[in-house]
Amino acid sequence: MARAVTTQRKTLNTIIAWVIGLVIFFPILWIIILSFKSEGDAIRPPLEVLTSSWTFDSYAVVQERSDYFKHFVNSVTLSVGSTLLGLIIAVPAAWAMAFVPSKSTRNILMWMLSTKMLPAVGVLYPIYLLFIRLGLLDSRIGLVVVLMLINLPIIIWMLYTYFKEIPGEILEAARMDGATLREEILYVLTPMAIPGMASTVLLNIILAWNEAFWTLNLTAAKAAPLTAFIASYSSPEGLFYAKLSAASTMAIAPILIMGWFSQKQLVRGLTFGAVK
Amino acid sequence: MTKTIRALMGASAVVALTSGAFAETITIATVNNGDMIRMQGLTADFTAKTGHEVEWVTLEENVLRQRVTTDISTKGGQFDIMTIGMYETPIWGKNGWLVPLDDLPAEYDVDDILPAMRGGLSYDGTLYAAPFYGESSMIMYRTDLMEAAGLDMPDAPTWDFVRDAAIAMTDKDNEIYGICLRGKAGWGENMAFLTATANAFGARWFDENWTPQFDTPQWKEALTFYLDLMDQAGPPGASNNGFNENLSLFQQGKCGMWIDATVAASFVTNADESTVADKVGFALAPDTGLGKRGNWLWAWALGIPAGTQKEDAAKQFIEWATSKEYLALVAENEGWANVPPGSRTSLYENPEYAQVPFAKMTLDSINSADPLNPTVDPVPYVGVQFVAIPEFAGFATEVGQEFSAALAGQQTADEALAKAQALTADAMDAAGY
Amino acid sequence: MATQHSRSAARVMMAPAVILLLGWMLVPLVMTLYFSFKQYLPLRGGDLGWVGFDNYVRFVTSSAFWPSIQATLAIVGGVLVITVILGTFLAMLLDQPMWGQGIVRILVIAPFFVMPTVSALVWKNLFMDPVNGLFAHLWKSVGATPIEWLSQASLPSIILIVSWQWLPFATLILLTAIQSLDSEQLEAAEMDGARWPSRFIYIILPHLSRAITVVILIQTIFLLAVFAEIFVTTQGSFGTRTLTYLIFQRVLESQNVGLGSAGGVYAIILANIIALFLMRIVGKNLDA
Repeated sequence: MARAVTTQRKTLNTIIAWVIGLVIFFPILWIIILSFKSEGDAIRPPLEVLTSSWTFDSYAVVQERSDYFKHFVNSVTLSVGSTLLGLIIAVPAAWAMAFVPSKSTRNILMWMLSTKMLPAVGVLYPIYLLFIRLGLLDSRIGLVVVLMLINLPIIIWMLYTYFKEIPGEILEAARMDGATLREEILYVLTPMAIPGMASTVLLNIILAWNEAFWTLNLTAAKAAPLTAFIASYSSPEGLFYAKLSAASTMAIAPILIMGWFSQKQLVRGLTFGAVK
Repeated sequence: MTKTIRALMGASAVVALTSGAFAETITIATVNNGDMIRMQGLTADFTAKTGHEVEWVTLEENVLRQRVTTDISTKGGQFDIMTIGMYETPIWGKNGWLVPLDDLPAEYDVDDILPAMRGGLSYDGTLYAAPFYGESSMIMYRTDLMEAAGLDMPDAPTWDFVRDAAIAMTDKDNEIYGICLRGKAGWGENMAFLTATANAFGARWFDENWTPQFDTPQWKEALTFYLDLMDQAGPPGASNNGFNENLSLFQQGKCGMWIDATVAASFVTNADESTVADKVGFALAPDTGLGKRGNWLWAWALGIPAGTQKEDAAKQFIEWATSKEYLALVAENEGWANVPPGSRTSLYENPEYAQVPFAKMTLDSINSADPLNPTVDPVPYVGVQFVAIPEFAGFATEVGQEFSAALAGQQTADEALAKAQALTADAMDAAGY
Repeated sequence: MATQHSRSAARVMMAPAVILLLGWMLVPLVMTLYFSFKQYLPLRGGDLGWVGFDNYVRFVTSSAFWPSIQATLAIVGGVLVITVILGTFLAMLLDQPMWGQGIVRILVIAPFFVMPTVSALVWKNLFMDPVNGLFAHLWKSVGATPIEWLSQASLPSIILIVSWQWLPFATLILLTAIQSLDSEQLEAAEMDGARWPSRFIYIILPHLSRAITVVILIQTIFLLAVFAEIFVTTQGSFGTRTLTYLIFQRVLESQNVGLGSAGGVYAIILANIIALFLMRIVGKNLDA
């Protein structure tokens, strides 16, 4: 039964929601606008900014100064790589927790989350020394592992909540039919958990893409992603609003576009077990 | 000019012959300052001459420092060349972390490096990093506003004159602020300026027994003077203004005077970026008649971490980037005003460079700074605007935060000084003094 | 149902995750503990020997310690309050019928995709700069003196920046929860004459409690580690030095790894106190 809603009420909702939505989105819009302005115009009062002429100059300057494409490829490799690696390790663990629960399941889950509480800055030296020993500095593989470990608790938790919602009878039926554990996971469980998996993947790609401490401190020239790209624009000399905006737009655009196209999946799956 | 180029090509052919067989890729960490960005743009010239490729890691100053310090102290080996300053070089050199630059070829002419720069980048008489550009600090002022205020800037003004002029030039309704000074916390930001200024007021960081001196009347006078001046004639939000913020304000015509790095002179006189390019005058940093001027000495230099596998290629790069020929190359592409300043004597003897409006004042400022003898009273340390001990960056930044909070009006000068004294004493204690 | 066989299979399947996370926790933890009892100064030759609890004592007796705890709690608390309240409101609003719902939802969640460094840089320069920032222009256009955001209102400014980044996350989770609310139950209450506030308090809020718990738990973990936003904007000045930032200053600016490691141990303790506190207050909502 649909709720009867007056047009008046709907109009009011629409207006309020759009105003709030635009206010929240405005900073991003403003970055994009300024990125197409000249440095001199970018610092003028807002109305004058809007009426001034448009230009691609800042993008050209930014691209000339630092190779965007190289950083972009690294960002994609690191975020996708760490998420996939995380999934491979997390799926079996989440399966075990969801379908063979024991008294300690909840404690293990909480303990996993608690590993995220060690402040990264405090362990920079130990990890750096470790990376030297292992020859992993400035390597994509080293960062993929670190980013995977950082996000693994979140991945496990999310998958665990999705798996729990799947009725155990289905799995039992599959087992009766002679499915092995591997088949059970691959052909029964995974397809049913696809929506949840999708949002897990999306969330972790976002988190990995935006991680700025390890990706900056453990890389030099080869493995540096877009977080390092942006680190050279934080205080250039003289006027720099347009250049900063252009570099920012380039750094966030890929993930923003991905997020927009997949927002339905993200919204549907981002529950963390909050919905019974 | 063509003669220079031909000579260059000849020299490069020799270099190419001797080293071309081992073309390598070197990784260079550098800071995102204008001169370094320009150097990146000219990398092709280096590659053409030596066959070596360069990978750049360009970072903002604070990030760079954090990155290279971690790497060199753990012997991480991520970089073949690091861009470091006059503060790091002697400390790292002493630790044996840098490759000594004592075998530079004759044509490099190491004696041409300005003595002040060479001294500051050496430890125990050995050069550990070659200056890419050097700077002191000086006053940059608006000639038109000074005239409108009915004043005449002397070449070597006092702080009293500067204060009076700043107040006279201020017109807050039209967003003209008499003086723009650094207020953003950081040992290389507000503390560089304040330490140098305090020197002019007869203050010092430590006495000869390494006891912090923030409880002295000289520090109180210096800090109070600065806070009062900024209150009356400074721009809003000054406690967040560092070099870049002030540069931007000056270029927009919002500052009457600005006391900062001499390298800024080429940016404020560049008509492409600055709205006041043709109205800028220069003067020495002010004093108070005690014999010391508040001008600092700094160089951004290129050093090679000990243990790199590509030492030879790295040396070739340093010889290229800090050579006379590089200066000529930049002059040819961008004009003499945009040449990295303050590193070589020959640059200031060049008649073409002498026509650059700020050349003489830059050299005079550099020559009048004395890192070995920075203060009125004797001190146990080396450095004008810093104290060349490893702990300085840490506690000076914290002191800078206290002074910045005082500038923002969140505490009084006395409170800030008391906290500065306490935390410096604590840090020195932790370091085992 | 769980047989002995499936139990051991489960253990095998959990092993990689548990072992990896155990390593990721223990290796740094042990190394942090080790360094925290050392006088370790990289710029003075590295390891200068054991010093017992000196670093621990020095870290807490520093005048910066308690203010840093306060700043940490203020930022975590402030952001949580703002994101949960606004997030609940937004989630309820977005659940209502309207035109262009999909687009509004996209607009609202967009900040979550912006990397913290970029968001801090942009807020600091494009908006909060007291001379050229957008806010300064707005203030000037109505004849007011622009606010020096990052010095006069430093903590609120940082809370604002961080809240902007995390509001989408809270909204998303709360929205999913609200969408699962049985609308017939609400309608029945409406028929019975229950007014809006009582409907909110007795039906919606209890239904959301689990989602709010999740939001608080996850955000707290991330907020305790807030770093880029402070590094880019105030560098810890004006009372914004959090515990994380203080550790950064000790380790990297002062180059005192031993002292910083002791700070790291305190940070772990603080995080666990907060976690315990959260469990007590809200944990019962979370029985998995």
